[in-house]
Amino acid sequence: MTALLEVRDLHASYGTTRVLHGLSFGVLEGGVTTLLGGNGAGKTTTLRALCGMVLRTGEITFAGRSIAHLSTEDIARLGIAHVPDGRGTFVRLTVEENLELGAITRRDRNAIAQDVERVFGYFPILQKRRGQQAGTLSGGEQQMLAIGRALMLQPRLMLLDEPSFGLAPRLVRELFGILAALNKSEGVSLLVVEQNAALALDLADQAYLVETGRIVFSGAAREIREDEKIRRSYLGY
Amino acid sequence: MLESVPEPAVPDVLAPSLIGRNGLMLALLAVALLLPFVVQNFLIFQLTLVLVYAIAIIGLNLLTGFNGQFSLGHSAFYALGAYVAAMLMDKVDFPYPATLPVAGIACFVFGFLFGLPALRLEGVYLALATFALAVATPQILKLSPLEYWTGGVQGIVINKPDAPFGLPLTQDQWLYFFTLFVTVIMTVLAHNLVASRTGRAMMAIRDNPTAARSMGINIALYKSLTFGVSALYTGIAGALGAIVVQFVAPDSFTFLLSITLLVGLVVGGVGWIPGAFFGGAFVLFVPNFAESISKGLSGAVYGVMIILLIFVLPTGASGLVRAALQRLRAHKIQ
Amino acid sequence: MELFLQQTLAGLATGTIYACIALAIVMTYQAIGHLNFAQGEMAMFSTFIAWQLIQWGTPYWIAFLATVAVSFAGGVLIERIVLRPIQHAPVLSHVAVFIGLLAILNSLAGFIWDFNVKPFPTPFGTAPLLGNGFIDAHQAGMIAITLLLLAFLYGFFRFTRVGLAMRAAAHDPVSARLVGIRVGWMTALGWGMAAAIGAIAGMMIAPIVFLEPNMMLGVLLYGFAGAVLGGLSSPVGAVIGGLIVGVVENLAGTFIPVIGGELKFTIALVIIVAVLVMKPQGLLGRPVLHRV
Repeated sequence: MTALLEVRDLHASYGTTRVLHGLSFGVLEGGVTTLLGGNGAGKTTTLRALCGMVLRTGEITFAGRSIAHLSTEDIARLGIAHVPDGRGTFVRLTVEENLELGAITRRDRNAIAQDVERVFGYFPILQKRRGQQAGTLSGGEQQMLAIGRALMLQPRLMLLDEPSFGLAPRLVRELFGILAALNKSEGVSLLVVEQNAALALDLADQAYLVETGRIVFSGAAREIREDEKIRRSYLGY
Repeated sequence: MLESVPEPAVPDVLAPSLIGRNGLMLALLAVALLLPFVVQNFLIFQLTLVLVYAIAIIGLNLLTGFNGQFSLGHSAFYALGAYVAAMLMDKVDFPYPATLPVAGIACFVFGFLFGLPALRLEGVYLALATFALAVATPQILKLSPLEYWTGGVQGIVINKPDAPFGLPLTQDQWLYFFTLFVTVIMTVLAHNLVASRTGRAMMAIRDNPTAARSMGINIALYKSLTFGVSALYTGIAGALGAIVVQFVAPDSFTFLLSITLLVGLVVGGVGWIPGAFFGGAFVLFVPNFAESISKGLSGAVYGVMIILLIFVLPTGASGLVRAALQRLRAHKIQ
Repeated sequence: MELFLQQTLAGLATGTIYACIALAIVMTYQAIGHLNFAQGEMAMFSTFIAWQLIQWGTPYWIAFLATVAVSFAGGVLIERIVLRPIQHAPVLSHVAVFIGLLAILNSLAGFIWDFNVKPFPTPFGTAPLLGNGFIDAHQAGMIAITLLLLAFLYGFFRFTRVGLAMRAAAHDPVSARLVGIRVGWMTALGWGMAAAIGAIAGMMIAPIVFLEPNMMLGVLLYGFAGAVLGGLSSPVGAVIGGLIVGVVENLAGTFIPVIGGELKFTIALVIIVAVLVMKPQGLLGRPVLHRV
């Protein structure tokens, strides 16, 4: 498998506060990579840096082309769909409008309508809520909407920031099941940031451990899952 | 309100040394005192107006620069001060120097009262409310039931005062010295106010209202009082302006006057009291120059200047002076 | 009673103009979070362009459409050149720049076309309509044009993808970028549309207030009053607010002696301050979301 996303020596800062100190990692074409680590490790900043939402330096290559100097909107147009923390749904617009917005850069109108139906297939509850303002949805429904909207971009790579955050355990399992299905059947590569390491390691093939803006360990997800020492010292389970 | 608590001097590039600073001030004052004996009467009249504008701009600066509140309505306070002075002199034969405190107090009360509801208005909303006040002012002044006092559309004509005690000064020279005297007092008072505990509370509210509140500062009181004091300054300027120009009429106090004061503030530098003199000179002389090129172009010159200043030199004259002083000091050290 | 009805209708007619200006203000406010104090002068300048075209012999409706197009382009240009560089600057800078624009446009119009009051043609005529003179043809025309404009805008924002993208960019610029919307251009587009709406309002009101560089100051004030009354976050509210303000202005002018006639701007001032202090979100301000 070839690398879809390659990141080398990524630095980022908020104002004068430096948050990332040279991260290098990658996502394989069709693969699932997870970034693990505690609160404040810099995982969210990493995703933001990839999308040009914070000041960053370093090399970022997506599908063989450098995106380190592109704006957020241009990066999205290349097929990178970011589901940010807090979900980033348009709370005052309807569910259906949110989905349409996901495909706003696409020109193939007929395929868009089909894709809306496909999203409803994955998340039937959204179909029931299609005319409702997104702000009136429950947390889980909003997370589904955010993922559904990201799918509407027909992305090659999806960035997911703490998709399990604030959801009931049953819903979390369902959600990760759908993510796995998306990866397998739609061929969407995933970069998942998670605090729930066990869950993320089950989904991922590659994993990186982030601490205070640096990568402290990397390897195949299976290895980390089975390495009790790492699990105990870094992941706490 | 104007209590002045001695405080350790704040490090500031504008205060290289106390002696140097005071020396500079004295030199400037000496120049100001000599000026009316070397220039012509019309220029004296213009310089007097520069001082009048400077007082009004200091008032706006106290509100905007030091308290973070915004006003496009200071033409209304200027108008109120001017009309109070004119009416007192016209109807009850008040001596002109006595009109200033009355105008100041009237404007303080009006400003304080306008500031009360305006308290709930932040930033752009306050700009909007004061904008409406400025636009409405000329109409209120023209109101027919008030015509006996205000003179309606015609306004009020005032006599030009002579120099007192048989001083050998022309009327223009005398008015200049009178205005200069008031200006010096008002500037020193403003300076002390800003340096006092009250001033620090005003600035704390500007910089971080939440922190100011947690420090026990009564934000509502300070904001309304600042509005009142700001109006007082502008009102006294208005009264002086009326005496100097010898005439008040509704159409002298349109929204354009608010723009003029705002330009003076931005040109001089927001949050720097001496900037008011740069600003005052700018708003008096530059439009005259523009008018000499084409009638009615002064507005365009104002507009271009505001936009350029915001783009190129957002700190106004204060930024230039600071940069110059810094360079000078760096030079000395070498 | 007849007088009351007549004045209410006349108020509705001028109210449509306030509604348009209020709508333009709200569109800009939604896009950049600032009130455009130069909106009125932009509309005034557009109206002068229309007048000039008509003077050169251009048929009214061609001049009308050309003016709308030129104003749209002008609005986009102003956003790109003047406002984009200061988009992260504080409120003070924005207000100062808007006041600068206001002064430039006002002064420039006086410089090019002088300050003398000029008549402006109406395409509808001024014959009384409905026999008994309840409303004249121009007033009816104003109302019709505004309704058409509102219908067009509603359709644009509700049913087109660009309209949807503009709404998304205004509501949540960060998320809008993440789906690939070029938020900067959406803002510029909003400015263009606001300028075009203002141009239409200017051309409709000019036959009534006559054409001169200061013609829009009062209209802008009433537009602000309407926008604040309706709620600065609600385009529909802005339209309703503008209409209410128009009717209130006219009825006050007719039935309240002296004050209604001579203090029209003060009425707007009182409306603005009262609404801002007592109900800052206006009549239809941002709806509170409820879980269903």
